[in-house]
Amino acid sequence: MTIRRYALAALASAVFAGSAVAKDIELLNVSYDPTRELYQEYNAEFTDFWKKAHPEDNLKIQQSHGGSGKQARAVIDGLRADVVTLALAGDIDEVSKLGKSIPENWQTRLPDASTPYTSTIVFLVRKGNPKGIKDWGDLTKNGVEVITPNPKTSGGARWNFLAAWAYGLKANGGDEAKAKEYVQSLFKHVPVLDTGARGSTITFVNNNIGDVLLAWENEAFLALKEQGGDQFEIVAPSISILAEPPVAVVDKNAEKKGTKDIAEAYLKHLYSPAGQEIAAKNFYRPRDKEVAAKYAKQFPDLKLVTIDKDFGGWKTAQPKFFNDGGVFDQIYKAQ
Amino acid sequence: MSRRISPVIPGFGLTLGYTLVYLSLIVLIPLAAMFVHAAQLTWEQFWAIVSAPRVLAALKLSFGTALYAAIINGVIGTLLAWVLVRYTFPGRKVIDAMIDLPFALPTAVAGIALTALYAPTGLVGQFATDLGFKIAYTPLGITLALTFVTMPFVVRTVQPVLADIPREVEEAAACLGAKPLQVFRYILAPALLPAWLTGFALAFARGVGEYGSVIFIAGNMPMKTEILPLLIMVKLDQYDYTGATAIGVLMLVVSFILLLLINLLQRRIETP
Repeated sequence: MTIRRYALAALASAVFAGSAVAKDIELLNVSYDPTRELYQEYNAEFTDFWKKAHPEDNLKIQQSHGGSGKQARAVIDGLRADVVTLALAGDIDEVSKLGKSIPENWQTRLPDASTPYTSTIVFLVRKGNPKGIKDWGDLTKNGVEVITPNPKTSGGARWNFLAAWAYGLKANGGDEAKAKEYVQSLFKHVPVLDTGARGSTITFVNNNIGDVLLAWENEAFLALKEQGGDQFEIVAPSISILAEPPVAVVDKNAEKKGTKDIAEAYLKHLYSPAGQEIAAKNFYRPRDKEVAAKYAKQFPDLKLVTIDKDFGGWKTAQPKFFNDGGVFDQIYKAQ
Repeated sequence: MSRRISPVIPGFGLTLGYTLVYLSLIVLIPLAAMFVHAAQLTWEQFWAIVSAPRVLAALKLSFGTALYAAIINGVIGTLLAWVLVRYTFPGRKVIDAMIDLPFALPTAVAGIALTALYAPTGLVGQFATDLGFKIAYTPLGITLALTFVTMPFVVRTVQPVLADIPREVEEAAACLGAKPLQVFRYILAPALLPAWLTGFALAFARGVGEYGSVIFIAGNMPMKTEILPLLIMVKLDQYDYTGATAIGVLMLVVSFILLLLINLLQRRIETP
């Protein structure tokens, strides 16, 4: 009897002692759709990295994925994310504005406007490119069907739209009215507007609809990799947009949970050579010059416009193009 | 002395209290919250949102396709219930169980499967293409998805009532010289109608609010194949919570009026 009681007591104290030493830390990264594979790999890397410096910590990183806007709303409505890694700065701006959980100057806290990796918009066409699609101008030819999600509901589609707009401006010497005409005729060639990027990929890849899919470069590479490359090919247009998916610590949540240090380290480590390498392996364009040089062959050299220089940032672009009554609504009203 | 009707099972106060608390928590409070949120708008603002051409087009589409789907299921569903109740044949139990499958299946899965089948290049869709029309990415495709999702309602409401009508009644009518159609018109239809209306109303209401399955097959083209729930999502993606609740309120009010009308109709049928 007594021995058993002592054994139990010893066991209990061992358990308590153990928990006092090993600190359980949970980190929640709320991200958007196509980063699933990227962060799976990166989380493993960061857990190892953190463990080396803090062997007593027991770190668990959870990741959540969905449409960028939906994910931002979840955080605004109270999902306790430590960090957000979304498709566009506009969504994190809203978390800052409506959720009041991130300071307004969040984008200045990390290098490169808080965007550790970038991507761009390319064309995915069917093998052999039967419709001979080389550039944006080919998309409005007779009989070409273009697949892109709805810019109203998809962050990725907003990059598509702006890339097309950039081409329309370039091709017409900067005439906005002509650019609008181009984009309008482009959207006449869109038979389906899915709500998200994954939906469009299903429409193009699985349902065999359309001749060209406007896609994030990393998504296009991923589709190639999964389909073995014998059904599709990537076409790089003459001009596109630098898609910048930014990251930020959600200060209010991280402070409440006492995870601010580790959350900051988590994002900073994305800029390290190891983090950049993982981004490049997952088909995101790295910011680090050395890693970029190493993977230069993988990414076609493109003329890229940027949201901040050419569109005045999301704070200007979102209401002008995508809010109710914006350019996107106008081109559909005119049809 | 006042006479109180005392029911067999005691506890009127307790059960009513429970009902009210339950209804409040699950239904009334969330709906009231929506109305409160929409109340931030002035009448003019509210009216501007709900009378926008795009919203009206979506309203027509959502209620129209839901109505068609409910009518289709009203006819076919009654037929299904009839076959399942009145005939015994091998595999009847299996078919009976299959009726409920649209409820069990995640609606997104149903939507993706239907789209793959009925897209212009799909297994069934290609024949439609040959005949010169499209199913997926048109209102027809939306009606199809809604018909699938709301199929169980009419079957499951009509089935038990039909099973309770003794066969002898029909036989008696036939003996008295009624033709098959007359038997249906004067004997079966009046007995089935209240249950049928319930099933119809449920199918209709479910169809109006359906999002998951429709979104894949609709094509989501503004003014043409955009359903109301999608417009709500569009507003939310602009962080326009009040605009979204305004459309929500519109849907709720229209649905409530229609359901109320169906209920009144049912009353009139039941108490001639």
